[in-house]
Amino acid sequence: MAEYKIETPLTDDDMVKLKAGDVVKLTGTIYTARDAAHKKLCDLLDEGKELPFDLKGAAIYYVGPSPAPEGRPIGAAGPTTSYRMDSYAPRLHSLGLKASIGKGKRNDEVKKALKDYKAVYFGATGGAGALLSMCIKEAEVIAFDELGPEAVRKLTVEDFPLLVINDSHGGELYAVPDRKAAGL
Amino acid sequence: MRTIKAQDVVDAVAKMCISANRYLPADVRKRFDECEAQEDSPAAKEVFRQIKENYELAEKTGIPLCQDTGLAVYFVEMGEDLRIDGMNIKDAIDEGTRKGYKEGFLRKSSCDPLTRKNVGDNTPSVIHLDVVPGDKLKITFMAKGGGSENMSRVTMLAPAQGWEGIKKFVIERVAEAGPNPCPPTMVGIGVGGTFEYSAILAKKSLMRKVGDKNPDPKLAELEAELMEDLNKLGVGPMGLGGKTTVFDVKIEMRPCHIASLPLAVNIQCHSARHEEVEL
Repeated sequence: MAEYKIETPLTDDDMVKLKAGDVVKLTGTIYTARDAAHKKLCDLLDEGKELPFDLKGAAIYYVGPSPAPEGRPIGAAGPTTSYRMDSYAPRLHSLGLKASIGKGKRNDEVKKALKDYKAVYFGATGGAGALLSMCIKEAEVIAFDELGPEAVRKLTVEDFPLLVINDSHGGELYAVPDRKAAGL
Repeated sequence: MRTIKAQDVVDAVAKMCISANRYLPADVRKRFDECEAQEDSPAAKEVFRQIKENYELAEKTGIPLCQDTGLAVYFVEMGEDLRIDGMNIKDAIDEGTRKGYKEGFLRKSSCDPLTRKNVGDNTPSVIHLDVVPGDKLKITFMAKGGGSENMSRVTMLAPAQGWEGIKKFVIERVAEAGPNPCPPTMVGIGVGGTFEYSAILAKKSLMRKVGDKNPDPKLAELEAELMEDLNKLGVGPMGLGGKTTVFDVKIEMRPCHIASLPLAVNIQCHSARHEEVEL
């Protein structure tokens, strides 16, 4: 398992070299979007309107941060469970999205989209909200302010610690539950 | 009849919301040290290292342990010889939630189920109220995150399925949830009562201290048996494989209808935030 330092915008070459299990420190700009924001982004696409950020080479972080305390750009900011974004992700990948960051399993359509569009799914440690917030240097709401914690934010991150969960070659890191050993 | 001011309840609840979201309880920390020691895989050890660094950082900086600061869930025991002056007990607790989530920079996660519009102040709280003998007020608080809550289930088994059926359902649920609920998880199981009561029992069991034994020796045995089986699944911390899929299993039981065997499985992520206050 290799370790890489990668900067945004993400390229096909960056993504293709990554294998499930690799450790990545990501630096640059990433965008936050979770449930309600994904719906709004796809509504904009349906209406033929422009998105609040360019999807080409972009990474979306599935997070709804807690409010920023004084002196910090953001509050706790760990990943939310990704499967709820599965119905939207393939479409966004087809338009240039190179990576999503979250936790938990993805469905087969997302895994296929990662192969088709040379993209990856990164995992960040769930629940490590205080720890991960330390890698976020700037945060600014750029769309859907009315959604509160679910608004789209532009984050500037430095050495954001990630694990490649699903790569662009069909590889997956998560352990397969041993049902037989557990007595099922 | 003893009287306490509603504002004292509001302030105590607000304080509890803030501190529970910043300090991982000692019983949970202790258990994680034990779990980390039993892991061989570097990935599992790394997850525990990050969990530890996270709770130390949260304590030092005041940033919440997790961005999902939960829906506020309370189990309340109110003495029958106690009167709250100025507000109804549930209103006082809601007011405390409002105050705590605002002043503690905690995320407001409560929204309309259909429009998904955020309520804005994390209310209404989920309050389970019991009237008990005496003149004290005991409030237990839990910040319940959505990711693990989504992996929870209620089912109605046939009585013939018995303990084996219960075990199978719980193991399958934890296997199916896999990495989603932020393992290692604590599994709360409610057996019996009615459809809705089994879920309350499951939630209530999560309020018990990590590592304590069920006072009923038979249930204590079943909790240990189930924990051993669940950890054989090998899901491991954050789903990356390992010996700790669950860090505790709690069972609460209550008589049920002769035709029924209600079962609820409530899953708690590793950030098992809970706190208790007595007024």
